This record gives sequence, C-alpha cells and structure tokens, in this order.
Amino acid sequence: MSQGGQGKETFHRLLEGKGVWFAVLTTVAISIGGLVEITPMFTAKLGPERLSGVTPYTPLEIAGRDIYIREGCYTCHSQMVRPMRAEILRYGEWTRAGEYAYDHPFLLGSRRIGPDLQRVGGKYPDAWHYEHMRDPRSTSPGSVMPTYRWLLARDYDPADVVASLRALRTVGLPYTDQDIAGAPRSMRSQAEAIVGRLATGGITTTPDREIIAVIAYLQRLGRDGRAAIPPAAPTTTAAVAP
Amino acid sequence: MEASSPGKDRRDEVQSTSAYDDDIVRLFLGATVLWAVVGMLAGVTIALQLAWWPANLGLPYTTFGRLRPLHTNAVIFAFGGNICFTGIYYSMQRLLKTRMWSDALSRVHFWGWQLIIVAAAVTLPLGLTQSKEYAELIWPIDLAIAVVWVVFAVNFFGTIAVRRVQHLYVAIWFYLSFVIVIPVLHIVNSLAIPATLTRSYPVYAGLTDGLVQWWYGHNAVGFFLTTPFLGLMYYFLPRIAERPVYSYRLSVVHFWALVFLYIWAGPHHLLYSALPDWAQTLGMVFSIMLLAPSWGGMLNGLLTLRGAWDRVRTDPVLKFLVVAVSFYGMSTFEGPMMSIRAVNGLAHYTNWVIGHVHSGALGWVGMISFGIIYWLIPRLWNRPLAYPSWPIGHFWLATIGIVLYTVSMWAAGLTEGLMWRAVDAGGQLRYPNFVDLVHQLNPFYWMRLVGGTMYLVGAVMLGWNFLRTVRGKATVTTGAAPAVAPAS
Repeated sequence: MSQGGQGKETFHRLLEGKGVWFAVLTTVAISIGGLVEITPMFTAKLGPERLSGVTPYTPLEIAGRDIYIREGCYTCHSQMVRPMRAEILRYGEWTRAGEYAYDHPFLLGSRRIGPDLQRVGGKYPDAWHYEHMRDPRSTSPGSVMPTYRWLLARDYDPADVVASLRALRTVGLPYTDQDIAGAPRSMRSQAEAIVGRLATGGITTTPDREIIAVIAYLQRLGRDGRAAIPPAAPTTTAAVAP
Repeated sequence: MEASSPGKDRRDEVQSTSAYDDDIVRLFLGATVLWAVVGMLAGVTIALQLAWWPANLGLPYTTFGRLRPLHTNAVIFAFGGNICFTGIYYSMQRLLKTRMWSDALSRVHFWGWQLIIVAAAVTLPLGLTQSKEYAELIWPIDLAIAVVWVVFAVNFFGTIAVRRVQHLYVAIWFYLSFVIVIPVLHIVNSLAIPATLTRSYPVYAGLTDGLVQWWYGHNAVGFFLTTPFLGLMYYFLPRIAERPVYSYRLSVVHFWALVFLYIWAGPHHLLYSALPDWAQTLGMVFSIMLLAPSWGGMLNGLLTLRGAWDRVRTDPVLKFLVVAVSFYGMSTFEGPMMSIRAVNGLAHYTNWVIGHVHSGALGWVGMISFGIIYWLIPRLWNRPLAYPSWPIGHFWLATIGIVLYTVSMWAAGLTEGLMWRAVDAGGQLRYPNFVDLVHQLNPFYWMRLVGGTMYLVGAVMLGWNFLRTVRGKATVTTGAAPAVAPAS
C-alpha cells in the first residue's frame, strides 16, 4: 500500500485489529440514514399526508388486488401519476399520498411498459376490461400485453378472501367483524352487478370468476382520490413541472 | 504493511493450502456457473416477450409478469449471491490464515441457499409473490433466508474470532458490511402478517411501505451488488495483477463514506411521487454525494493496475476485471445523475432505468464474477482450462453484448420519456394513445435481445468450459497455479 498509514499506528490501523468494534461502528454507520428517513414516516406531521374520503377496498376488490399481485401486473403498470403537465393530460389528477392509505403492499410500480393505472377506474366500461384480458389486442391494437384467458375460466375462493381480510385488519385496515362475516355476501352482490353490466355488453359469465374480481379492483382504482381531491383546477397544471 | 497486500501472502498460503476448506469454494463456484446460465436465460426470455408478445405462450406460468421476478431473483441472489460466497469463502480463509470456523455451518449455508433458490424458482412462476421488487418471495421463504443468513453470519464472525492474523484486510471490511446490512434490510422490509401459508400483507401502508421497500431495494444494490463485490475487487485484483492496492488511505475513506451514504439513497426511486418532499430531497442529495466514494473505489481499483497494464493486453482475466471496474465507474456516475429530480422526471418509468441497472449488473457484477471464476477454476481444480482460448471469446461477446444492451435501452428510454411528455402548440398531448409509443420501442427491444443473447452465449461458453475442465483429468498437482490462458 502507499505511504498513508505506514509505520505509525493510526486510529484506523488499531480498529482494523478489532473485529467486534469494526462491526459495531459499521452497524452505527449504516443505521443512521434508515432511522432518519423511515421513523418520521410514522408521525402525523412528517409522514404521508392523509386524505379524507378514502375508504378501504371491498372484499371483492381485495380478491382482485390479490390477483393483480399474483399476475405481476405491477411489473408493467405503475399506479402513480406524477405532478407533471403531460401526465395530468394523459392520466388525470396527480396522485396524493393519502390515496394509498389502505394499500398493503404499495403498488406504485417502477416501469411503464403499459400505461399508468392510478386513474383507470371508471375510464372504460366493464366489458372493455373483460375483452382486454381475453385478448389485449382486440381493444388496444399493437399492445405487447400477454393474454389472460385463465382469469375468464378460474374461480376465486371467498374463504381465501376472508383470510386476507383478517390479515389486513391486523395490519391496520378498519374492517369490522360484520364486514368480515358479511364478506361472502358483499362479494356476491358486487360481482352480480358487474356480471349484469357485462351481460348488457353481450358477455355471459358467472359472478365467481377471477375476471370479475379483477374488474372490480381496476374500476375502483383512483376513484376515491378523484372524488376527495378538491377541484383546485387553476393550480393543478400551473404549479407542476413541465 | 504486509497484511494489506494479499499478493504477498502467497508463500504462506501454498504451505497451508490443505488447512483451508476449498470444497465449499468449489461447491459455491459450481452453483454460480449454473445459476448464471439459468438467470440470464430467464432474462433473454422476458426480453423476447417484450419484442414479440406470443413468447408469453398463453400460459399463466410463463407470462412476463411472473418471469420478470424470476429473472431478477435468479441473477441477484442466485448468481450474485453464490459468486460472493465463492469469493468470500476462498479469500477470507487465506486473508485470516485459518480454516472456516465450522465446516458444518458452511454446508448448511450452501445447501440452505440453493434450496431457497429452488423454492423461488418454483413459487414465482406459480404467482406466489409479495410483489415488492427483489423481495417478492413469500413469507416462509423469507424466514428461511433469515435463518440461513444467521448461519452464514455465525460462521463468518466465528472465523474472524479464530483468525491467525490480527489485522483485518480491507476486503474483510466490505464483506462485513454485507453480512451485517443484508439481514437488517431483509427483516425490516419483510415484516408482514400472514393470511395463508403463501400470502401475507406488509405491516406498512402506502408510501411508508414504498419508502421501506426502496430503502431495501436500493441497498440491495448497495450492499448485495456493490460492497461484497468491492471486497472481491480488493482481494482478487491485487492478487491477479500482482500489484499492491494503490492507496490505503483512499480505501479507508471510501469504505466509510460508502457504507454511511448508501443507506440514504433509496427515496430517489420515489421522486415526484407523493412521498413527503423532505424525504425525496434527502434521497436525491445523498445519491449525488454517493458519486465520490463510488469513484474512490473505482480509482483505487484501476490505479492498482499501474505497472501491470501491459498484462491487460494478453490476460483475459485482467480484461474482465478492467472492464468490470470501468463499468462500475460508469454506472455509479449515471446513477447520481439520474437521481437529480429533473433528470429523473425524464428517466423514471422508462427503459433508461433498465439500461442503467444492466450496465451495473452485466458490466460490473457479471464481468468481475467471470474474471474471478476463470482465475479460480485452474487453482481450485489444479488443472488448466479445457478450452484455454475460450475466455477471450467470452470476454468480447459479453463486452459487445453490454454495449448493444445499454445503447438500445438508452435510446428506448429517451424515446419513451420524450414522447410521453410531448405537447403540441395547442397544449395537447402529441401522442395521446399510449400503445402508439409501445410500437416505437420494438426495434430497440430486438437490439437489446441480441445484446442479451450474446451475453448469455458467453455464460454458456463458461459453463461448458467449466464442465469439461472439472470432468477432465488433473494435470497440475503442485501448488503453483497455472495461467488461465497462456500469454501469447
């Protein structure tokens, strides 16, 4: 090695002979950044801002969200509209922190191979989503998305969704005992409404198909936020990055 | 400072070779070669799926959404993890002049880690995932990772405790940060409540979950794909080049700066999100500062070669190492630039990020690993390579492959980023239909596929060369290590 530190016993030279102290100091060095950045997130003042009017997902939407996670939809679709003019024009209102209050896990994504889905709820009819999953190129010519035909054939398991709701309640979602007991009934009625809307589009299916849960989740995305964000239209596009 | 230069310990090493456990090194090296081919094949597969969607095959198990995590987990934890363990088990016994503390724990570590990889390869195509990037594996596998890591850590610190030299060489410092930080990141990010045996929900919500995830995710880059590899660089580069490390003082300063600064950089993955501004700004500022210690490491590596550059012309192992350290420098320059908010506004969500990751992964992690593997095979098996001229072919295939990969992804990323934001004179989007932009990327996806395939072919050449070498007869029985490829 070069001249530096040769011959005389510097502090660091001594430290290099003490494995335990070296490990302790390394642990201290790597702990500071994480503690400073993460712990304030649990305080009301410095953490993500709340947004009143945002409510937890329904049991059917949770079933759909679990399928969204299973299929890795987040590997190609983000759920975060940035406060930039072009993004607002393309997708709608930029995303507020409070909109994610009930998202366990978060699904912001890191790549847009396909478009952002944060404001997709209500953008298309249910039948569009059904056709899009069956054959993405029937609704979006030139798309590189895989087909998801098994969603049209497979059934979700209401008992499985109840297990999810219990775990989600443990991590903080405000589901009551009645919510959980009534989950199968709530899923049924929300699913039947979707099946009814699909029927008017000429599509025949049953309420327990996975595609129904996925449609319920996609149609929910961003709707609470859109309703809850005050319509301060003039500042929305003027104050944001180009 | 004799102990500061691994190259000077060679005589002691030869005399006491039998005291070292090299079986475990051979096991990890074999696993590295196997998972390199598997992980890169998965990468080429998903690259093809983006260029030509029917390659998704219409089956749930083979869609891009399920195979992408398989690719990232395989190359990071299977290929990257196994080469780190290969190098650590080889070098730490020699640096500390002692056998690993427990052969049994070494084996539990090896087989436990391979079992985790197999479990990942089975569960991810089945759609069993937690969805957090590089932390997708379901909670029972997460528990197994924690247990196996504790086994590794006990063995690691046990070996330090029974060492026969007092001084801990710089490579050990970097290994130590790897051993300490990975379980901290893994446990904090994986805290979740199980719903079923295969499904769980993280205790954090929304952007807090996002911040914890990217604190984990960026430091998986920092402490899984950077610090252990810098440790490998500090051991293998001076030994192979037969030159002492350029600067001791630089290694001290850049080590502490790197481990302290890296941990803050995570929020740059959430720029322009609704994450509180103070956290975004901290992430950006620390990411930019990270340039200094990163380049400290690069310079210390490259300058170690002073006086040995003539050998780079003829020695394929040194070629791999030089290109690796150069790509480390390039990607750690690009990263801080991409963390600047305005640049990130263009680059985020685009293929530019994919290109950046691969200049680090293929360029730095992959190339340094291949160099070390080609240097180790003849020494661990006491025989020359079956095809001594192949490493140079592998080197050029990989280098040109990386260039094709990164250039195509830069071009694709800029195309996407600029077309997404293009607004006409009337203030309307110039390309309002997203799928029109997807079409523009197709030629770049094909070009990336060619680059990635070249890189994979190089890895397959390594695999075949490795198999033929270890299955062949030992021709060198002395402790003197043969050259990888004769200098011509």
